This record gives sequence, C-alpha cells and structure tokens, in this order.
Amino acid sequence: MNTVWSLAKVVVLEMVRRKDFYVLFILTVLLTGTAGSVNLFNDRSIVRYLKEICLLLIWLSSLVMAITCTARQIPMEREQRTIFPLLAKPVTRGQFLLGKFLGCWLAVGMALAVFYFFFGLVSASREQQWPVLNYVQAAWLHWVMLGVVVAFTLLGSIVFAAPSSNGTICFVVSVGILLLGRHLNKVALGLPQPWQSLLYGSYFVIPHLELFDVRDLIIHNWELIPWGMVGLATLYAAAYAAVFLLAAIWVFRRRPLN
Amino acid sequence: MEATVAIENLRVEYRSRELGLATKVAVRGLSLAVGQGEVFGFLGPNGAGKTSTMNVLLGFVPPSAGSARIFGVDVREPIARQRIGYLPEQTYYYKFLTAEELLHFYAGIFQIPPAERGARVDQVLKLVELEHARKRQLKTYSKGMQQRAGLAQALINNPDLLILDEPTSGLDPIGRMKVREIIQRLKNEGKTVFFSSHELGEVETVCDRVAILHQGELKAEGRVADLVAQHAASLEQVFLKLVGYHPQP
Repeated sequence: MNTVWSLAKVVVLEMVRRKDFYVLFILTVLLTGTAGSVNLFNDRSIVRYLKEICLLLIWLSSLVMAITCTARQIPMEREQRTIFPLLAKPVTRGQFLLGKFLGCWLAVGMALAVFYFFFGLVSASREQQWPVLNYVQAAWLHWVMLGVVVAFTLLGSIVFAAPSSNGTICFVVSVGILLLGRHLNKVALGLPQPWQSLLYGSYFVIPHLELFDVRDLIIHNWELIPWGMVGLATLYAAAYAAVFLLAAIWVFRRRPLN
Repeated sequence: MEATVAIENLRVEYRSRELGLATKVAVRGLSLAVGQGEVFGFLGPNGAGKTSTMNVLLGFVPPSAGSARIFGVDVREPIARQRIGYLPEQTYYYKFLTAEELLHFYAGIFQIPPAERGARVDQVLKLVELEHARKRQLKTYSKGMQQRAGLAQALINNPDLLILDEPTSGLDPIGRMKVREIIQRLKNEGKTVFFSSHELGEVETVCDRVAILHQGELKAEGRVADLVAQHAASLEQVFLKLVGYHPQP
C-alpha cells in the first residue's frame, strides 16, 4: 500500500504543479461569480437557474479534469520513459496502475472540494442558507462517479495509443451515459432484433453514471437521500471501478513497455 | 558462493507485429556470471544486445528462453529488484519534482521507514554533490546535474547491485570524472556494479572484468588484463577485432 500511496502522491503533485486545474477553477469562479451577481426582479427561481448552470459547469470541468489527467498518465510515462526507472524498482505493474488511479481520483477529489466549497459560498450568499449535508451527499456521489470515469479512462489509456483519442472517446462515452443511459432500455424496445437485444443488454452492462447526478438536491434544497442508498451507490461505483481496474491490470501485464 | 548476477542460455526475441516480418533475435544463448563486489563492464557496438540483456535483468522484458537471476531470485519476481539500483542512459525522471522530492518518492517505493528517509536523502545528495540544488526542480538542472540526480536515485536504497546503462554518456570531462569517482567509491564499499559503456578507456580504468557482445552473442569474457595480454593489443583493438571491424589502411 505504501508503494501505491507514494505513486499517488506524485500524481497529485503533478496536478498541483500543472496549470489545468487553476485555469478551470478561475473560469468557473468567473462564470459563477458573474452569474451570482445577477439579480433579476428579486426572483428566487432565477437563482435556481443560475445554480443549475454553475453546477453544470462544475460537472463539465470535473469530467474534463478527470479524463485529461488520467488519459495522459500512462502514455506520458512511456513517452518520457519515466516508467523505466520506476519499474526497475520493486513495483509491480498492478501497483503502478493502482497508484495512478488513486492519484488521479484524489487529485480530482481535491479539485471538486474546492469547486463545491466555492459554489456553496456563492449560493449561501444569495440564499442565506447552506444545507451542508446536501452538499456533502452531492459532492460525495459526484466524486464516486468520477472514480468509475477515472478507472475506465485508465483502461482506455492502455488500449488506445493516443491520449487525445482516448480522452475524446471517454468524454463522449461519459456524457452519452449521463444523458442517455437511463433511456437505453426504452429505445431498445423500438428496435428490430438483434439490435434490440444488444442495446437492452448494454443497458444492464454499462455503469449508470446518471444515478450519481443529484444536482437537484442542492438546486432545489431537496430532502437528504437516505444514507443507506448513498452507501449502496458507493458500492455500485466501487464494483465498476474494480472491474475496469482489473481489466486494465490484465491488459497492461501483457503489454511490452517500449 | 552464489553469483550476484547469473545469466544462463539467455535468448531474447522480439516478434514483429507486421505480417511477413521475421522475429528479431536480440540475444542468443548468453551465459555469464558476475560475482559480489565486482565491477563488470558490458561492452558491444550499438544493437549488440546489451540493452536487451539489461531489460531482462530489470524485468522489463521476459526472456524468450533461458534464465536470469539476481541474488538467486528470478528477475521476473519484483522482489529481485529490492537490492538493485538502476541508472538509465538518459535522465528519465519526473522533471516537475525537486531532487529532494524525487529521492523521498523513491525512498517510499523502497519502503524505507519515514524516520530514516531524511538522513538517507541527505547522504546520497552529499555523495553526488547536489545538496545546494536539492530544492530546485529537475527541469532546471544541467545534463550533468540530472545524471547525478539519477545516480542519487539509484543509490537511495543502498543497493548491493548497481546496473548502469552508459552512465557517463553525454557528460563533460568533469562530469565523467565525478561519476567514475562515485563508481570507484562504490567498488571500495564492496558493491557490485554492472555497467554498459562505449568508453573503453573508462572501462579499462574501472572494470575488474568485461564481456564483449556482438550481434547478440558473447564474443569474449574475462579480466581486462588477461584479454589485453591474450590478444597482445589494447582493449580498443581487442574490441574492434572481436566485433569484426577492420580499419582501412
């Protein structure tokens, strides 16, 4: 575990020293700040629309960060050959991948905490209330969902040669699932065989990332989700992340390094 | 006594991904042993199979046939690399880290207890004379400084075996001298050093024994003095003769 943790710390440090996070954060701050300063006719529903837009920005930023950060890890290690002195130490390829996963997930989690904290401050200043537990649930489920995204992007970075193609594919797949995932079974019913079975089957196979999208919880200040459900959702995401990571380790063990 | 490095009938093949292209044999039936405390020079022209052999020793490439052991452990086992220090030919490190951070990172990989890490990092930074630049990111280092930082990472676990891939390549004469001094110091401490080099003068000065490889095959192995006496020529002439190079008159 020490080895995995050491590798993860380097990924986090790399993320901190790169400019990607700061650019996205400043962009989100500017857009959120501008939106938050607008007060049309003292209408409370306008504030909700603005919250919705800001949260959408946070979701998009976090997806971009998680995918770009993860997609470049393995190709960059191979291209810059930093993987060689590393694997010349008592590090297994499995530990190497787990370290990369943990590092990317933690780095994205830290960025997410900053985003949600800032959004909470702006939102509280407009609404004079801050339902902290709602924010905790929304941020936690968001982060857990990103764990699945990080895991399948890591798998993609071993399968696809170019980080840009992997990044694009993972982004399209993630957004596709978030938008269409819940409707796949209904769409399947209208299709002829064998497409019907294929699409219906994929409905049960894909990770339903949309389950973790509980933005309404903080947009409309809804009742808290039962903690048991949050726990189950966490287990669901952990199972998918584990499957993708195991597949990544299996593929990576067979790949030549150069 | 068991050899520190033991290679037996090693064969390394690279299969071509393109249809119709033949499998490339990089190493054919290589056998050699390096004893504890020896400085062993691994020589050969480019494409001779030196790097492929090193890649097998470091676990990057599995042997196609034969075996390779370090301290009696199969090189395919990660634990075989616990007592190794490896310096690649180029400086392949995380350039966004400072030398101190890089060494703490590798110390963590080797599970050196946190209480001992600081002292160990200080010790190797002093050895490679980089104390003054320890807080600077590696990307701001000169080539010579980066190579010394590489040497420091190779020494962080106080290894019993050092595998150095052309450690002085691209360094100026002072940089070369410093690296050579460090190798000499490690030899005096009883460490085993296995290194490849094209600098035959350096090899003659530093090595106890050498092996000369050509087209994947071992052409000669033995003490430098014995090879020189046997062929009645300098090491450079012996080398050129064994790899089949005949200078034009």
